[in-house]
Amino acid sequence: MNASQPSILRLQQLGSALLQPFSLNLRGGEICCLTGTSGSGKSRLLRALADLEPHQGEVWLDDQNQQQTPAHLWRLQVRLVPAESQWWSDEVADHFPADYDPEDLKALGLSSDAMEWQVSRLSSGEKQRLALLRALAFPLKVLLLDEPTANLDPATTLRVEHWLKQQIARHRWPVVWVAHDREQVQRVADLELVIQDGEVQEMLIGSD
Amino acid sequence: MEVIELSWWQLGLAVVLVLMLSLLAFQARLGISRSLLIATLRTVVQLALIALVLELLFSVGSLLWVGLMALVMLLLAGREVMARQKRRFSGGWAYGIGTLSMFISSFSIAVITLLVLIGPSPWYTPQYAIPLLGMLLGNTMTGVALSLDRLTEQAWQQRQVIENRLMLGQHWTQAVMPIRREAMRAGMIPSINAMAAAGIISLPGMMTGQILAGTPPALAVKYQILIMLIITLGTGLGAMLAVMAGSRRLFDARQRLRLDRLHAPVG
Repeated sequence: MNASQPSILRLQQLGSALLQPFSLNLRGGEICCLTGTSGSGKSRLLRALADLEPHQGEVWLDDQNQQQTPAHLWRLQVRLVPAESQWWSDEVADHFPADYDPEDLKALGLSSDAMEWQVSRLSSGEKQRLALLRALAFPLKVLLLDEPTANLDPATTLRVEHWLKQQIARHRWPVVWVAHDREQVQRVADLELVIQDGEVQEMLIGSD
Repeated sequence: MEVIELSWWQLGLAVVLVLMLSLLAFQARLGISRSLLIATLRTVVQLALIALVLELLFSVGSLLWVGLMALVMLLLAGREVMARQKRRFSGGWAYGIGTLSMFISSFSIAVITLLVLIGPSPWYTPQYAIPLLGMLLGNTMTGVALSLDRLTEQAWQQRQVIENRLMLGQHWTQAVMPIRREAMRAGMIPSINAMAAAGIISLPGMMTGQILAGTPPALAVKYQILIMLIITLGTGLGAMLAVMAGSRRLFDARQRLRLDRLHAPVG
């Protein structure tokens, strides 16, 4: 986790069947909120950035071109956290690095023995927070969040937002954050993109 | 010891017994009579036809005709593998992967067995080559079909898990590993079970046939062991090839899970 050299994420004429091409530069530590109605293609845009879906245009991370980087190495740096997390082993700890430091569990309001929990007994809110912790437990350079607080109560939402903003500021990751809650956008966004009828438009922060 | 000649009227008597069974089932309204009759008719006709083909093949005995017969068997087995898959690969890949896996495993193992292990002269003597290949292909077909079916079905069911693993930066081979294991297991279990049960729970068909035909049990058993080992080899190698090629086909060059390469379920 190298904090000295913040990365820049550059999207050049990025587009797909549903999305008209658009360009964007995102500096390290900047949070770009992505909004729009359900089905407008927010999640698919994140998937294109992680190269999980075919798309047009180019994506650059500093001087690395997405298509010229082996796909798994790209996704190792450009970390997408999906709206619905998936778990393939019985115990929570199996999904984390062996030397994971459970210090952050408390920051998200989870008990310190959560690593020993059974996945089958997790609530949706616990799953969502553990999925965030898991995604950030492996080294990364860009963070893509798909409604990271959708299953959380208002108090926990604020807590998770606060922790995320702290992490983002410390590591200076460029962040694309899909949100549908206006207030959340006001709280976290440095800039906002709205997808409407396949067109991506930049909004002024603070306006409605 | 000579084999006791079996005449047509004796076979006819066996058929009459099956007819009586179907009549009984009909009267008890068990609803199986119709399919029982059709299957009986099929087995008589199909086996009578294959007897003609084999008689002809044995009398000619040339490599060309043995090879042609082997090719026809392979292509039919390929079709069967394809038909047994619920979500099969589109665009000829289901047929291609299945048939090629069976070709590489069954044919190479049949040839090695004939050349090195049994050693008839010439090596393609149809009395040895065709039954051997038939047993190999039949079992490999089951293994390959089960493996591919499990592979594609699991990939579909676990698509979100696979993608979530990819999102965490895992290589596609790592993300698909549990499904590969599962598919391999599905393909190999019948062979492993058959070997485990052989001689205790079941007397394998080939050995029984040889003993009926007058072969001393010790020799019949040796052949049976050989057959079961090479069947396991063929099935294992075939299933492995199919799982490797099939799982590769599930991903594209950018290591994306490409379920659009599968047909919607049939049947």
